[in-house]
Amino acid sequence: MENNILLEVKNLKKYFKLRSGFLSQRFAGSVKAVDDISFFIRRGETFGLVGETGCGKTTVARVILRLVPQTGGEAIYNKVNIFKLTSREMFKIRREIQVIFQDPYASLSPRMTIGDIISEPMEIHKIDSKKNRMKKVKEFLSIVGLNPEHINRYPHEFSGGQRQRIGVARALVLTPKLLLCDEPVSALDVSVQAQILNLLTDLQKEFNLTYLFIAHDLSVVKHVSDRIGVMYLGKLFEVANSEDLYKKPLHPYTMGLLSAIPIPDPEMERKRRRIVLEGDVPSPIDPPKGCSFHPRCPNAQDICSRKEPELKNYSKNENEHLAACFFAGKHI
Amino acid sequence: MAETENNKILEVKDLRTYFYTDDGVVKAVDGVSFDLKKGETLGIVGETGCGKSVTALSILRLIPQPMGKIVEGKIIFDGKDLLKLGQKELQNFRGNRISMIFQDPMTSLNPVYTVGNQVMESLVVHRKLSKEETRRESLKLLEMVGIPEPKRRFASYPHEFSGGMRQRVMIAMAIANSPSVLIADEPTTALDVTIQAQILELMDELKHKTNSSIIIITHDLGVVAKYANRVMVMYAGKPVEFSDVDNIYYKPMHPYTIGLMKSITRLDEEKKKLLKPIEGLPPSLIDLPKGCIFRIRCKYAIDQCKKEYPPLVEIEKDHHVSCYRAKEFMDGILERFGN
Ligand SMILES: Nc1ncnc2c1ncn2[C@@H]1O[C@H](COP(=O)(O)OP(=O)(O)O)[C@@H](O)[C@H]1O
Ligand SMILES: Nc1ncnc2c1ncn2[C@@H]1O[C@H](COP(=O)(O)OP(=O)(O)O)[C@@H](O)[C@H]1O
Ligand code: SF4
Ligand code: SF4
Ligand SMILES: [Mg+2]
Ligand SMILES: [Mg+2]
Repeated sequence: MENNILLEVKNLKKYFKLRSGFLSQRFAGSVKAVDDISFFIRRGETFGLVGETGCGKTTVARVILRLVPQTGGEAIYNKVNIFKLTSREMFKIRREIQVIFQDPYASLSPRMTIGDIISEPMEIHKIDSKKNRMKKVKEFLSIVGLNPEHINRYPHEFSGGQRQRIGVARALVLTPKLLLCDEPVSALDVSVQAQILNLLTDLQKEFNLTYLFIAHDLSVVKHVSDRIGVMYLGKLFEVANSEDLYKKPLHPYTMGLLSAIPIPDPEMERKRRRIVLEGDVPSPIDPPKGCSFHPRCPNAQDICSRKEPELKNYSKNENEHLAACFFAGKHI
Repeated sequence: MAETENNKILEVKDLRTYFYTDDGVVKAVDGVSFDLKKGETLGIVGETGCGKSVTALSILRLIPQPMGKIVEGKIIFDGKDLLKLGQKELQNFRGNRISMIFQDPMTSLNPVYTVGNQVMESLVVHRKLSKEETRRESLKLLEMVGIPEPKRRFASYPHEFSGGMRQRVMIAMAIANSPSVLIADEPTTALDVTIQAQILELMDELKHKTNSSIIIITHDLGVVAKYANRVMVMYAGKPVEFSDVDNIYYKPMHPYTIGLMKSITRLDEEKKKLLKPIEGLPPSLIDLPKGCIFRIRCKYAIDQCKKEYPPLVEIEKDHHVSCYRAKEFMDGILERFGN
């Protein structure tokens, strides 16, 4: 492996056990929310994870943060396996791995001032004196584009976009190395969305950050990401740099996903060929056998319902363009 | 059916819908005018809270009372002003001639009745069919909107359907009486993108089959580019630009529309292109600033913009803009896409 890799996720699995009935608590199968996925993120780059609701994106982030225990696999951060750390070691590393969520309101405590919200991580990690912390909070408020004089206001006094800025400031005060962004702009209107995307881009340069950027909107993910992983029912179907993913997708699901997203350009839309994937995403409780995409796949053959395709490299360069399909690259 | 002149099927004139709240009067829709042509898809776009849904609800007179009130305007459909109709006549229009689908089908489907029953119900309200005919028609409708095995699914309840399937049922109910106008308010916002594509294709196909017209309300500028023939851009309760889809995307003349176009990420863009979003936020609809409502966020604002609201002017054929400086953009005196 290259040595400029900050995070490597190997064969990660997270199964949630389902229980039936309130009282009986009988085991009733499991949801394979994340089912054996592997990817890596280089220092200073943005790796995007994209896929439709329920495909397991948030679970990936939660497992990396150890908010839920993994079922299997490793997450190697800076050469150490996060899952093997003691809670004290993990506590230390958490300074370097921060997260921002989709709904900034839900993740901000309504009774705390934004000053307290942003300084809390420093308090938890016992950094600086109270006075210095407040100085730092003000500094970060202006870095994220908020008025430092609003330090004593409460979250409800801010708009959605401003709250997301508060969340970003809180994540940044510990000067982390890796930022996990889970749908950070999904709840925002386009002009505010663009403001936050620009902010994240600027901060990445300024603070030398590495991003795991999770979202269901491929045009947003493509805008910010250097490389992208496409997920479906807990699996990675394709990994490529964002240009290649758009220009020469290898997996039929990626092709369908790209085609489903209209480009805000009427002329282009009139000319564009449309592939409409049929059917719904199947339940993750009992996913289709073989390639889990086969019931919806226009290219499916006999083998697809019997065997599961491996995620393999199709580029002459190592690890550059991976796809999990027996007929990768075949056009729909 | 009888049409109004110029192929216009619906005409909204100077619509104003206000809400009387404890904090003051919310001018949710404040002077909206547009027309809808037969067979066309009209897109209404704008940020959350700009009055898109209230415009749609006003057309069907579904504004919650007594808080909300249509204080002014005309809604001309089939030569009649819908705002002047009595309740009974209105019922005949709603669902029959003009129908609507919403973002969240769960709020409009009744959880305790089967899907089949609800589709049958939408037929019964407006037509006199026998029970057998109603059932047959309903099955046909479900099949038309792509419900697999409609006979078997007839007795299912809404919660047994996926989001996409529920939206299909809503469409079946909305088109049950072959309305001439279908208003779709963010019909796919809650759905995943591959399902969104299915639903939008279905709506488009049905529109062509039945030669009806669609008003699609969305914040997704990609969806509008793909499906709309003409577009009305709204800002803080007012239409700021109205034209055919090509003008809106390639020749926007209102600073707000220009800003929107520079805010969107697109799949085919060059790597890490810098977005140029509009700074700031939309104003509160209670205390709108005097003059142009966009003034505080507008980098082209001049003295004149403080005085009065700029009227919506036709600056070229079928291209309406409410901005004092639109003419300068039009004549190339002011640069639109530079910064
Ligand atoms: N705590 C949980 N218990 C049971 N199932 C869960 C839990 N969290 C997530 N899941 C399931 O795991 C799958 C993946 O969820 P999630 O990671 O939230 O997807 P995404 O973020 O891509 O929308 C879904 O089917 C979801 O219902
Ligand atoms: N029932 C109501 N009572 C008070 N204000 C309302 C009500 N419904 C809508 N509004 C206000 O009217 C404005 C326009 O709302 P809406 O048409 O729903 O916006 P959009 O659909 O464009 O997001 C908003 O400011 C909203 O808060
Ligand atoms: S393996 Fe078969 S079913 Fe799966 S994506 Fe490839 S062609 Fe389609
Ligand atoms: S009228 Fe003035 S403030 Fe309003 S959009 Fe035009 S230039 Fe800007
Ligand atoms: Mg999620
Ligand atoms: Mg709305």
